[in-house]
Amino acid sequence: MIQHIRENRRLQGFLLILPAMFVMVMLLVIPLTLTVITSFGQRDADGNVIYTFTLENYWRLMGFTEQGWDDLYLRILLRSLWLAVQTTVIVILMAYPLAYFIARSPEKRRNFLLFLVLVPLWTNFVIRIYAWVMILRSQGVLNSTLGAIAGLLNVPFQPLDLYPSQTAVLIGMVYEFLPFMILPIYTSLEKIEPSLYEAAADLYANAFRTFWRVTVPLSMPGIVAGTILTFIPVIGTFVVSDILGGRQVILVGNLVQRQFLDARNPPFGAAASIILLVMTLVLTLYYTRRFGLGEEIAAG
Amino acid sequence: MAEYAVELRNVWKRFPGPGGEVVTAVKNVSLQIYDGEFFALLGPSGCGKTTSLRMIAGFELPSEGEIFIHGRPMGKTPPYQRPVNTVFQSYALFPHMTIGENVAFGLQMKGVDKKEITRRVAEALEMVRLSGYEKRKPKQLSGGQQQRVALARALVNRPEVLLLDEPLGALDLKLRKEMQLELKRLQREVGITFIFVTHDQEEALTMSDRIAVMEGGVALQVGTANDIYEHPNCRFVADFIGETNFLDGKVAEVDTDKARIELPGGVSLWAHTPQRVVVGQAVTVTVRPEKMHIRPNATDINQVTGYVTDIVYIGTDTHYGVVLIGGQTIRVREQNYAADSRLLAREGEEVCVRFSIEAARVLTE
Repeated sequence: MIQHIRENRRLQGFLLILPAMFVMVMLLVIPLTLTVITSFGQRDADGNVIYTFTLENYWRLMGFTEQGWDDLYLRILLRSLWLAVQTTVIVILMAYPLAYFIARSPEKRRNFLLFLVLVPLWTNFVIRIYAWVMILRSQGVLNSTLGAIAGLLNVPFQPLDLYPSQTAVLIGMVYEFLPFMILPIYTSLEKIEPSLYEAAADLYANAFRTFWRVTVPLSMPGIVAGTILTFIPVIGTFVVSDILGGRQVILVGNLVQRQFLDARNPPFGAAASIILLVMTLVLTLYYTRRFGLGEEIAAG
Repeated sequence: MAEYAVELRNVWKRFPGPGGEVVTAVKNVSLQIYDGEFFALLGPSGCGKTTSLRMIAGFELPSEGEIFIHGRPMGKTPPYQRPVNTVFQSYALFPHMTIGENVAFGLQMKGVDKKEITRRVAEALEMVRLSGYEKRKPKQLSGGQQQRVALARALVNRPEVLLLDEPLGALDLKLRKEMQLELKRLQREVGITFIFVTHDQEEALTMSDRIAVMEGGVALQVGTANDIYEHPNCRFVADFIGETNFLDGKVAEVDTDKARIELPGGVSLWAHTPQRVVVGQAVTVTVRPEKMHIRPNATDINQVTGYVTDIVYIGTDTHYGVVLIGGQTIRVREQNYAADSRLLAREGEEVCVRFSIEAARVLTE
């Protein structure tokens, strides 16, 4: 038996990918196929799935209902998309200077700074988001601090009405995904050979032009990786919007969750999750085609 | 316009060391580099040659002293405002740009108009024999080609001075020899002052009009290849450039420009004294191996006796290792110029090594 495996290279290859194949089929292919099948189904009065082929769920998501035009679900989709775009852009703008600062720090200090970036991830995600409730609610840390400052300066103070709101969701998202942007950008910045900055300076580029012509293009792989790591989870989230948005901020993730758990309408929830999947896939493909995965740059 | 392309006047550079101590990389260096000259900064690693070059480029600022480019003091002028360009040891080509974009970069930053850029980029690539490579990326080129792109990228800007930081260090021997000649040709063609950093003495001798030999942050000697080889002013220079023999002894008798030196074992010899010496002073005498002879020769005054310890025959020359009566060892190189050259001695044989007064130089440091 062993002898047989040793001599047969094809068999070796097959045996090596077997565990991965098993995981992919059991945890990805089968559930996804089930979801697709369910999304074309209907529900009966008791909330059971009837497996037929109807596009009704998709039409409803697009706004065509039996009662006429209703853009409720389209708005949810667009809201998720908009929030994901906002989060990604803000995270890039906040992460880049930090990553740059860490990459330009003395080598010994870099690991310590990266460690600090990662420290928040040691606490449970839900607890961290709840911490933001404590900070943002009307009697929270933020308002009492601002109130105290206003009191000292003797100016009138109107407590900020941040929680629950879409802004609070955005803040939570930015907070949550900042490390996932800092790390890949740092990695690509750290890889840039310092002599390239000197070469740019030598060729009459000041710091500003060096940044735009050399630093940014060479750190694109990091920005692309960070964007994928941020955008995809944000567009499908439901926990952060649930906690920080209350019932006010419904995203696709919340829609899917409620259709499955509260409304007992799995076919409609499945259709919503397939729409989310397709949307994410299309955007990611477009994005990576447009900006590349950056390998050819990193390999230089 | 001043007569010097670049002048370093009492330049010092101190860095904070890893343990908080101060490391002095360059110590009171003064250099005058003429316009249109091919000038080499030569020395072992850590001698301050690269730091000196980086200060001319503006990547480092002197801790003390001043650097002038064509008479203009550079002060704290940033690199992007200096009329010099650098060819980096690692080439430092921008990996995300094509060859054409790399070469065009400096002109774009200077705001040269597009047509002119296209023309000059083509011209520069032609000069380094890389026409038609505009659209390629740096990593698609070999090391030697990348090196030439780096040269074109610097020269296209027509700098007043071109700085080269060990540009041939990463190339294999054959390519290095080719590039040495290529660089020399380019320099003659464009007429720009080249300042070249290298640790390879042969490279420096081959290419440069003048050489500054550096050690421990100090410029020990500046001169032509011939000057430095024939008239080294200290032990380090004599040892670093080419091969040489050192004989330690004491001054026994002083004449106007020569002195009699007594070696251990009661041997004495006459040597040329470029610096003033006094009787009793401990000195070193340097004699190049090719200026010593085993062959009988009536004109050479100095004669020291020894025994042949080893013989290396390399065709053009034969090298004899000789241990002198006082115990010091020397190497003698005899040229095999005769039509039918034979060995002049066998191992273990007693020989008389001869050399002229002029061939022997007294070094005091």
